[in-house]
Amino acid sequence: MNVVVTSLTPVLPEIVVLGGALVLVLLGAAKGDRIAGIMDAACIALLLIAAVLVMAVPDGRFEVFGGSFVFDGFARFMKVLTLIGAAAALFMSIDFWKKEKLHRYEFGLLVLTASAGMMVMVSANDLIMLYMGIELMSLSLYVIAAFDRDNVRSSEAGLKYFVLGALSSGMLLYGASLIYGFTGTVSFTGIAAAAKSPSTGLVFGLVFLFAGLAFKVSAVPFHMWTPDVYEGAPTPVTAFFSAAPKVAAIAIFVRVATGAFPGIVPQWQQIVIFISIASMVLGAFAAIGQTNIKRLMAYSSIGNIGFALVGLSAGTASGVAGVLIYMVIYMAMTLGTFACILAMRRNGKAVEEIDELAGLARTHPATAFMLGAMMFSLAGIPPLAGFFAKFYVFLAAIEARLFALAVIGVLASVVGAYYYLRIVKIMYMDEPKAPFEPMAVPLRVALGVSGLFVIFFFIYPAPIVAAAQAAAKSLF
Amino acid sequence: MIQAIVFLPLLGFLIAGIFGRLIGARVAGLLTSTLLVIAALLSWYVFFNTGFGGHEIRLRLFTWIAAGGLSVDWALRVDGLVAVMLVVVNSVSALVHIYSIGYMEEDPHQPRFFAYLSLFTFAMLMLVTADNLVQLFFGWEGVGLASYLLIGFWYHKPEANAAAIKAFIVNRIGDFGFALGIFAVYALIGSVAYDTIFAEAKTLAGKTIPLFGHNFDALTVICLLLFVGAMGKSAQFLLHTWLPDAMEGPTPVSALIHAATMVTAGVFMVARLSPLFELAPTALTVVTFVGALTAFFAATVGLVQNDIKRIVAYSTCSQLGYMFVAMGVGAYSVGMFHLFTHAAFKALLFLGSGSVIHAMHHEQDIRKMGGLAKHIPFTYAMMLIGTLALTGFPFTAGFYSKDAVIEAAFAGHNSMAQFAFWMTVIAAGLTSFYSWRLMFLTFHGKTRADHHTIEHVHESPKVMLATLVILATGAIVLGFAFKGVFTSEDGITGFFRDSIFSANGHKILEELHQVPLWVKLAPLVMMIGGFLVAYQFYIRKPELPKALAEQQPLLYQFLLNKWYFDEIYDFLFVRPAMWIGRTLWKRGDGFVIDGFGPDGVSARVLDVTRNVVRLQTGYLYHYAFVMLIGVAALITWFLVRGAG
Repeated sequence: MNVVVTSLTPVLPEIVVLGGALVLVLLGAAKGDRIAGIMDAACIALLLIAAVLVMAVPDGRFEVFGGSFVFDGFARFMKVLTLIGAAAALFMSIDFWKKEKLHRYEFGLLVLTASAGMMVMVSANDLIMLYMGIELMSLSLYVIAAFDRDNVRSSEAGLKYFVLGALSSGMLLYGASLIYGFTGTVSFTGIAAAAKSPSTGLVFGLVFLFAGLAFKVSAVPFHMWTPDVYEGAPTPVTAFFSAAPKVAAIAIFVRVATGAFPGIVPQWQQIVIFISIASMVLGAFAAIGQTNIKRLMAYSSIGNIGFALVGLSAGTASGVAGVLIYMVIYMAMTLGTFACILAMRRNGKAVEEIDELAGLARTHPATAFMLGAMMFSLAGIPPLAGFFAKFYVFLAAIEARLFALAVIGVLASVVGAYYYLRIVKIMYMDEPKAPFEPMAVPLRVALGVSGLFVIFFFIYPAPIVAAAQAAAKSLF
Repeated sequence: MIQAIVFLPLLGFLIAGIFGRLIGARVAGLLTSTLLVIAALLSWYVFFNTGFGGHEIRLRLFTWIAAGGLSVDWALRVDGLVAVMLVVVNSVSALVHIYSIGYMEEDPHQPRFFAYLSLFTFAMLMLVTADNLVQLFFGWEGVGLASYLLIGFWYHKPEANAAAIKAFIVNRIGDFGFALGIFAVYALIGSVAYDTIFAEAKTLAGKTIPLFGHNFDALTVICLLLFVGAMGKSAQFLLHTWLPDAMEGPTPVSALIHAATMVTAGVFMVARLSPLFELAPTALTVVTFVGALTAFFAATVGLVQNDIKRIVAYSTCSQLGYMFVAMGVGAYSVGMFHLFTHAAFKALLFLGSGSVIHAMHHEQDIRKMGGLAKHIPFTYAMMLIGTLALTGFPFTAGFYSKDAVIEAAFAGHNSMAQFAFWMTVIAAGLTSFYSWRLMFLTFHGKTRADHHTIEHVHESPKVMLATLVILATGAIVLGFAFKGVFTSEDGITGFFRDSIFSANGHKILEELHQVPLWVKLAPLVMMIGGFLVAYQFYIRKPELPKALAEQQPLLYQFLLNKWYFDEIYDFLFVRPAMWIGRTLWKRGDGFVIDGFGPDGVSARVLDVTRNVVRLQTGYLYHYAFVMLIGVAALITWFLVRGAG
């Protein structure tokens, strides 16, 4: 279905988001922070409209801009997921900014531009578009990491992210140029046609390109920025980081691997297996030593990316479907957890230590129950959603006869279960501390929705599983 | 009908066990008792119908196990031998159920008690009606379980728990032998069904089983292994230690399980498998020896015990020895005769003791009794009948059966028969002595109980006394009424028929009637002697026993401490086992498994964590360095492996 449509319909969501951002930036410049609330609402509306537009695009595969932009089932799935993640994170942030007196109109705008970048990434079909999307997203992210600019830790986080991000962009570009050099094209389709056998130069390019992508998904050993940035950035930013950008980066990772290099699967499989194992193991072990819950979530996200990459390692449609299911469930779990973290406020100040959760079950039983569900789910305990997430990727790995990978993954999840369950233990068995401030309504909504999703996923998983499988098929 | 006999107790167990709380203690007791009475009446019908009428029953219920060459059915088999057991089990069980309604009146857990009693009865019935060794083993373990549950019925008493565990563990040793015996039978014959085994048994003659580098006669090995099971269940010498301790259970339990029925399962089993044992004369010699030794040993220990129930328990142990002596010399029907009468008079003695204990508010030490005859005359009369029957007073049940055993021992042909004869004769004297000692100390003389207790001594409820009357009747008439069935060859042809087998055509039954007159008189003389000594010791000169004990401290202590068996076992088995357990726990599990397992792993996990966390320095150039190392490592990997 290599239909070239002259119509810009498939790009309409990106246009809406970017156009809207431009309009809003003018509005914001004119009116200032007084209308930050309205701006946030408008941004959320734009993101949701974009999501609706994405879903309105007819079925099939459309290439735009001379084949450098592609819209297919996979793009639809990932874009909707990204946009929902971004909108949810924005929705959850408003209360925090108000309480911290940081309510500025730029945050929503930067989330908009980052989302536009992500959408471009998801649909990228050549190396140029890939880079454009990544940089559009990354530049926005660098800025919001340092959003609390008077706070040393926040600006340090932004700066670290920027410097290392630049390094990774360099690697990515170097890899892209090598690949271009050895195949003579930047188009994924073209590369796929040219790269039928692995030459040393091509594999070099592949390694550098993947290094750049691995940085974006924060996979080991390109993860070093994650804990520092997660901890330093304001909590809503961290929540945003751990959801939408991860989804988009995993999406482009999958698309590059399957779209551009189907000829050298064993080569990229080795890289993905390596970073997958390294991520799962490091995520599990390092998280045990953490006392700050945001830092803990950083290692948790590293580990989870490792698990998601298990599905990609399989290199099959069912593996990719596993990745997609994993990302849906992971996003629900992580947003639910961050809703709880955002609600950890005492005496007008946010607290971030894990021990502050002590006895939450007695002071805030409902929150403790939901957070407990999130933790059990993250630990992969049936029948919660997290179990199915892991189940599908491990199933794909076993079908692809990657037994060692699956075994290591299961062992890592056993180690990882420790720190998730420790949070449950602290909440339910330790002596209660003073209660937190009442939870803001948006956080309640976010926690409620994600909690219900996580708890009741097993009753009717068919729609998501079927959609993911259909999306995965569009790549093969 | 046979289904009703076997499954009514199961029904009672299920109802009392599951709905016990719902229906309440009263209903649970009445219901299970009613069911058991029905079963008992049916059993008597079957007894006459099958035994005298010759209507044997073979009923295959359904297949239990069918795996490869092994096929085991649930089946009910009733012949003369089983008919005897059916009436014994169901009659005593029914009476004990009824008795318990009175005895357990104040206990808060009556439904559980009745449920266990019924469960026991069901298991015992499965045991006796089995058609194959596996079902026999099922019943065997079932009664073991019920025995465990009932000994430990008052689970808040530590002694009761210890006794229950002891009974269970000692029985495991016997059951291990029994199971090995069954395996050996299956290995050599390829079937566990009685009919096949009995038919094939002759072909095993001369076959050997290689063991520890020697070749042993297959049949002897099999029979000895099976007999080890019987020793455990019937508390024979070396494996007897659990039975006295089992007296921690409620008294009705002692009467039912530890006197009349379960402990006789070993005797029944030897009779049931007589076609095997008859072909293994060596094994039968061992049976004779063990039985004789137990009869003597338990009687000596019984001489000096002070707990009313323990005296009766050692007496039971001793009487079981008599039964095995009869089995060992091939007089199976005589052994069954003693089993039959013993069930009546020993249950009577136990329930009578229970009535005494009930009267004395759970006081069991006979040194604190005395002179109770005038307070509880009815119980006294019943106990007197039981004692007369046990000691073999002429024309009571025990007179016929015990004398028949002793005469059979004299007439026996194996090398241990004479030994058995003398042991049983001496034991008869000892039996008489300890029985009368019990009677004198409990009912005669001046009371040694404190003022308060004696004022409250009261006769037991009528429901308990009624059962005593029935058993007393049995203890008097059963011997006279059934002596022809059990001790003559006519009984074999007219009642047992093929259910017991004798290689020489039951010649012993003929021979035992032809023993010299002094042999026939010996037990009677011993009985009178024992009575006179007891009378001298405890009525005429009550200070004599103490003086004797002081004069012979070694012997007295030796007997009082039950030949030091518990101490020897403690030293030989319990402590080494505890030591091994402790070592495996502390060193094996705690140090090795926990140390290198969970604890070790978690400690290593923490080490790894610490190192990984230390990597996260916060310095940008470290982070960049790690990224570059990562890329370099991947590149190197592909260069070394080759890109292809």
